[in-house]
Amino acid sequence: MAQAQIPSSTPPSPREGERPAADETVSGAAAREAELAASPELMANTLGEYLRAWVKRVRSGDSGVLPILGGLVAIVVIFQLQVHVFLSALNLTNLLVQGAVFVLLGMAEIFVLLLGEIDLSVGFVAGVGAVVSAFLMAPPFNLPWFLAVAAGLASTTFIGAVQGTIITRLHLPSFVVTLAGLLGCEGLLIYIVNTSSPASGGTIRITSVVVNDLVNGNMGVTAGWVVLTVVLVAYAATSFWRDARRRRSGLSAPPMSLTVLKVLMTAVAGIGLVWICNSDRGILVPVTGIPWVIPAVLVVLLAFTFLQGRTRFGRYVYAIGGNSEAARRAGINLARIRTISFALSGLTAGMAGIVYESRLGSISTGIDGGTLVLYAVAAAVIGGASLFGGRGKAVHALLGGLLIAAIYNGMGLLGLTAAPQYMITAVVLLAAVTVDAVARRSGASRGTNP
Amino acid sequence: MHGLLRERLLSRRDHRLERGKPPQPLLFDDMMEPTNEGARPGSADRAPGGDPPGPQEGQAPTGAPLLELRNVDKNFGPVQALQGINLIIPEGQVTALAGDNGAGKSVLIKTVSGIWSPDGGAVFWRGQRVHIRTPKDAAALGITTVYQDLALCDNLDIVQNMFLGHEDLHLGMLNEIEMELTARRTLESLAMTTARQIRQPVASLSGGQRQSVAVAKAVMANSKLVILDEPTAALGVTQTAMVLSLVKQLTSQGVTVLMISHNLNDIFQVADHLAIVHLGHLVASGPASNFNRQTAVDYMTTGRSNRETAGSPALAAS
Repeated sequence: MAQAQIPSSTPPSPREGERPAADETVSGAAAREAELAASPELMANTLGEYLRAWVKRVRSGDSGVLPILGGLVAIVVIFQLQVHVFLSALNLTNLLVQGAVFVLLGMAEIFVLLLGEIDLSVGFVAGVGAVVSAFLMAPPFNLPWFLAVAAGLASTTFIGAVQGTIITRLHLPSFVVTLAGLLGCEGLLIYIVNTSSPASGGTIRITSVVVNDLVNGNMGVTAGWVVLTVVLVAYAATSFWRDARRRRSGLSAPPMSLTVLKVLMTAVAGIGLVWICNSDRGILVPVTGIPWVIPAVLVVLLAFTFLQGRTRFGRYVYAIGGNSEAARRAGINLARIRTISFALSGLTAGMAGIVYESRLGSISTGIDGGTLVLYAVAAAVIGGASLFGGRGKAVHALLGGLLIAAIYNGMGLLGLTAAPQYMITAVVLLAAVTVDAVARRSGASRGTNP
Repeated sequence: MHGLLRERLLSRRDHRLERGKPPQPLLFDDMMEPTNEGARPGSADRAPGGDPPGPQEGQAPTGAPLLELRNVDKNFGPVQALQGINLIIPEGQVTALAGDNGAGKSVLIKTVSGIWSPDGGAVFWRGQRVHIRTPKDAAALGITTVYQDLALCDNLDIVQNMFLGHEDLHLGMLNEIEMELTARRTLESLAMTTARQIRQPVASLSGGQRQSVAVAKAVMANSKLVILDEPTAALGVTQTAMVLSLVKQLTSQGVTVLMISHNLNDIFQVADHLAIVHLGHLVASGPASNFNRQTAVDYMTTGRSNRETAGSPALAAS
């Protein structure tokens, strides 16, 4: 009776003698091979090792955010040498506020770029969000600002979801569908403005103080320092807590000194930001404090970083961008994730629209959504997101958006016209894409380990 | 009924023990069994109803084969891709499926993994009739297929790939620590890797390592049967050895392997059983030791072999 099970559990007797020897050589070879393929950074135990590994990695072509940071520094130095007000508190605050729209649009774009798709409509979708909220705040509706803003964001999320549904259900290319979205939203925007206030000459003024203050109002000086302290303490605590948890579980964690260094660098950046914004930048009357839009953008950045890095949805977005067939086989509902991504892109574009109208104090049919979308794609790509999907983070849009804002702002200070402004942006974009492509190529050649 | 089955299994056991002796012709006796549903425990009362193909609790004490195909047909319009396939896949062993291009190997595994449902015949899982209609049904039984074009995301790391589609969550967030620990345990149990590398993106791995990650993913999903579609086709010598040693590791963990391969070296190195298809028919199957290179090639190319060898293999009626 018991013998009945033996056939399935007994290994075949011949050939058995060869096994131990074969296994040994194989695992030895595998270990050597694995060592060759392992990223040096993962092997670091100390800060020194980490830095050496990092230099090695940069040299091999995988430069991370280094080019964009280098680019930012170079642009700042160039403009500061030309116009001395470039690094003044007034101008830097202004630059950050200008950058907010690019950063938000870039983040909107990254959601779909990660999937390997593109959204050409974000510029005019932002315009629709702005117009819908402005129109509901103005007479005759006079809705409270939060309802109007919620309605604006809901409408852009809806537009995004509709485009996403068309793309996923009808299997149409996102390029064409969102190109139609671009045209359609521009028409919708003009239509709403013209019907709501035909006598206004195509402009709706923002009547809500709160919405105007998003960009034009400032946080108190003390409040700024308090918020910064809270944020830094929370950041340091979570960083150390996460490392400690990994070590407790017996997993490798970055060296303590590296985490300390990262926290310190964040602290320096934060203190610098608050210090600049809290300096008096007024011309006639003193103006101090952080414009509300800056913490608002940082909150969105934090939320999206969390969504992309720590949730199942985010993981699936990267998986689809990396290999949609593998994602499908893993049981991921591709259509759902894609549609949600387009809806999130619409939502983020709507936020950009609110910031845009707040900065101008009005919204008009003259909004150049076509240029805005190109800046959005440029911000994401310059920041380090890949056009081919699977690579990019919300923070890349922040860096790319700031770089574009710096060019835009600096050339404005120099009194340059639109002509050189566009051409220089073009050169920066090309340079960024070239760096990206070269990094990819050398990364790929390292990937195919013989 | 049970007694009948045991006897049959015992007789198979005898073949295995007495390899020195010239083996009996295995026709319809060992790997090929007549289509007689009544002789199967649990099949008479369950067939042909649509019982849900969930994992069966408590494996059949009779030692029924893990998977058995009886008289399976598959047509694509006028093309008969599979005709009357009778195949037994014994539990805990490596069965190699060989055959020329277009012989029907891929159709066969796609039928087992739920991509296509058979047009005729029956499939038994541990002696019980099952209907595998979708890949989900196959997954519920514990069948995982590792395809040639590996289903890995290059931009994700090893842990992320291994858990793709069934991530471990803690308070709605990805539980990275738990996933990394589980992945590490699985890889260590397969003698595959050391702890540090499992956070590197799959893009930086070699072909053999990628194949191994795909297999480890299947193991971690608690698969009973892992189907490997040409696991060594694109690999060099060292990496082939690595994957083959992994295949052996799998069986030592009680996982059953069905491996499609063209490569006779690989087959004779790891396979316990060999099944050869030719033009939609299963032309030979039996313990791998019953074949040699010549006979295997004969069966693969012509569907028959006239050579007298130490172990003349089974000939199935075609």
